[in-house]
Amino acid sequence: MATNILMPALSPTMTEGTVSRWLKKEGDKVRSGDLIAEIETDKATMEVEAVDEGILGRIVVPEGTEGVKVNSPIAILVEEGEALPELSDTPPAKAAAPAPQTASQSEPAKAPTSVQPATSAQPSRSADSSSAGKRLFVSPLARRIAAQKGLDLASVKGTGPNGRILRRDVDGAQKAAPVAAEPASTAPAEAKRVANSSMRKVIARRLSESKQNVPHFYVSVDIELDALLALRAQLNAASPSEGEGQFKISVNDLMIKAVALALRSCPGLNVQFTEAETLHFPDIDISMAVSIPDGLITPIIRQADRKSLREISAEARDLAKRARDGKLKPEEFQGGTFSISNMGMFGVREFSAIINPPQAGILAIAAGEKRAVVRGGELAVATVMTATLSVDHRAVDGALGAKWLNALRDIVQNPYRLVI
Amino acid sequence: MDKFDLIVVGGGPGGYVAALRAAQLGKNVAVVESTHLGGICLNWGCIPTKALLRASELNHQLHNLAEFGFSAEKVSFDLEKVVARSRGVSRQLSRGVSGLLKKAKVKVFDGRAKLAGRDGKAHIVSVSKDGAEVTRIGAPDVILATGARARHFPGLEPDGDLVWTYREAMVPKELPKRLLVIGSGAIGVEFASFYRNMGAEVTIAEVADRIMIAEDAEISAMAQKAFEKQGIKVLTGAKVGPLNKKNGTVSTQITTASGTTDLVVEKVILAVGIVGNVEDLGLEQTKVKVEKTHIIVDEFCRTGEPGLWAIGDVAGAPWLAHKASHEGVICVEKIAGHDPEPLHPLNIPGCTYSRPQVASVGLTEEKAKAAGRKLKIGRFPFMANGKALAMGEPDGLTKTIFDAETGELLGAHMIGAEVTEMIQGYVIARTSELTEAELKETVFPHPTISETMHESVLAAWGEALHF
Repeated sequence: MATNILMPALSPTMTEGTVSRWLKKEGDKVRSGDLIAEIETDKATMEVEAVDEGILGRIVVPEGTEGVKVNSPIAILVEEGEALPELSDTPPAKAAAPAPQTASQSEPAKAPTSVQPATSAQPSRSADSSSAGKRLFVSPLARRIAAQKGLDLASVKGTGPNGRILRRDVDGAQKAAPVAAEPASTAPAEAKRVANSSMRKVIARRLSESKQNVPHFYVSVDIELDALLALRAQLNAASPSEGEGQFKISVNDLMIKAVALALRSCPGLNVQFTEAETLHFPDIDISMAVSIPDGLITPIIRQADRKSLREISAEARDLAKRARDGKLKPEEFQGGTFSISNMGMFGVREFSAIINPPQAGILAIAAGEKRAVVRGGELAVATVMTATLSVDHRAVDGALGAKWLNALRDIVQNPYRLVI
Repeated sequence: MDKFDLIVVGGGPGGYVAALRAAQLGKNVAVVESTHLGGICLNWGCIPTKALLRASELNHQLHNLAEFGFSAEKVSFDLEKVVARSRGVSRQLSRGVSGLLKKAKVKVFDGRAKLAGRDGKAHIVSVSKDGAEVTRIGAPDVILATGARARHFPGLEPDGDLVWTYREAMVPKELPKRLLVIGSGAIGVEFASFYRNMGAEVTIAEVADRIMIAEDAEISAMAQKAFEKQGIKVLTGAKVGPLNKKNGTVSTQITTASGTTDLVVEKVILAVGIVGNVEDLGLEQTKVKVEKTHIIVDEFCRTGEPGLWAIGDVAGAPWLAHKASHEGVICVEKIAGHDPEPLHPLNIPGCTYSRPQVASVGLTEEKAKAAGRKLKIGRFPFMANGKALAMGEPDGLTKTIFDAETGELLGAHMIGAEVTEMIQGYVIARTSELTEAELKETVFPHPTISETMHESVLAAWGEALHF
């Protein structure tokens, strides 16, 4: 009997995704465990496995379709020799593709966004429905061209009989509906319209929410790095020159560990504020912001306070690479209790970061640079870095933030604790 | 002066249809027609030629009965009766048009119309009969649907006796033994086919390098082969020399790339195109633009002069009755403030009723290639179609041209029996913007020649089942 394969929820907060690639064709035999499709969520590309076996009878949502709601059918699995059901008598959704369960903590579920579902689903017949369930009249040729261009037909105005969408309507239409780019009044040239990726939309939504709902306050401190850099040089000198045990600890690795230790000694920042209560987390999971094409993602070093520098270094390197390749698993970026954003490599003097909700704090790390410092009434030169802490004032008060920063500075300037 | 909402000048397939549609929309309409309601199409074109061609097909079949197990002796025809039947069909239909207009309360004026200035917003139309003005009528909108007539060239002028236009060719008193047809468009080819099937020796001279130049080259080559098989002599790239008339014959020299042919015939038919009837309409005092004997119009048939519209042959190619009728409807709906869809030139089918018939819509292969499209082309021969064989009509081809990327049906080209009745299927596909997917899904009845339409689409995707 035919079963629907549904858009899986790859993370607790995922409301919709993009079918980026089909790994099976219509008519292909599918066995349980076979990879059938690649789904792009707001943060990563995931491969989806089949749970049942059968024949991939129909691909309902073609490749490249964005904004496919979780739990909406993306394909129909039939048994061998079985006829495809009409779409109207939708088969029961048994073969739901597996959603790798993440041990994500209690991030409040987001309300479904108002993004349209895939009305450009083509050449499947489901394309006749828009999100409102209203029938769209589209010529078959227009439907195909829209799918080829990645157009959402719901946003196209039809000029044919009774508003039927014709070829000319999709020929002229722009891909997707971009955020209306306000052209500068002095620049008559038309803005280039680039559709927002699902990641860009999520960044926009989450950071807007953060800035609007979370009362940020900022505390900065100058931290001398010479001791830490000296330690790093010594550690790296101890690495085998080649082979399996080779390592190369970065300043970032050291800072992850330092932040984790500061949180352990001052756990008041390892929290999450909710209306009713404040959650204090036993584990210290550090999210590190990684810049990737078209956005950023925050893979997590879990229990960073308990890991060795070597472990942190290896893990951070692996996560950053897979983040850039879009291959992170949801549990690798979902959750985290505190974030670090490091722009030291860009030579910036200082900056403040937006809190990554629902966390309560984020540390912005700028570049270390030689500065004049006063030591015992004398001028001296030291390598100094300005670190700025952004904190959710609902959960953390100013004094606590300052206390934490001092703890961090103490660790970085006396870094041997990092290796004990 | 009688006032109307709309005056239509010309009662052909453009004009009378425009008048009927306007009446449907509640307009008070007048039609001015100088000769016959129904125009050339109904009186001297489409319809009477079909009656003649039907007779010539019968003659052909009566001489080829053995294939079906029949025999007949002393088969003969009376040309006068053949022509009389054709005229009868025209008369019947013309009366029908008159009845339709009467029923729609359209006022028909018998006479020639000429624009005679304005009275405020209204155009004044002077109606005259035999050179004398009969009446003046006025309306804010006037549709010019005056049609066209045969084109002449210096040295190639009709004389009504030895050198004919379609007009004389349609009412022959006797069958010419030898006939030269100059021009191989639909008109030339249909007359060549008629006279050949009635028993005349026929030569076609075409100045272009192939016959039926508007059609796909592959189809036109097949048509030429079929005509030659029937005994028609086809000369392409042909220049016809002076027509020397002597003792009831015409002699001339026809030069082609392969040399010069001396030809003596009893009759010559000129079928080298048409010119628009733009003279003596009073256009000089208006902003109407005329280029190469045709009135320039926009996609809703508007001329440069407010309230003046032009449809059909007088408004330019393609010179087809169904194009004129459709323009009449669009034009009237626009006048009535509706929002009609302009006529898409590539969605107008063309039909030629020779034996074999030819029908097409959309782009030829050559033009589709020139448009830079990646193509998928399907061909299905009638030889592989059961119904065609059963009917004894194994010569034919259905060719379809698709855009390989979008599946758009760019063009369809058919040659063979009944293709003029079938091409509308592809026209619907084009107008509705169907792709190969819907055409593949369509169930075609078996056994019919229309199955070649299905198979041709399948063939374009390498999926033909019966070939």
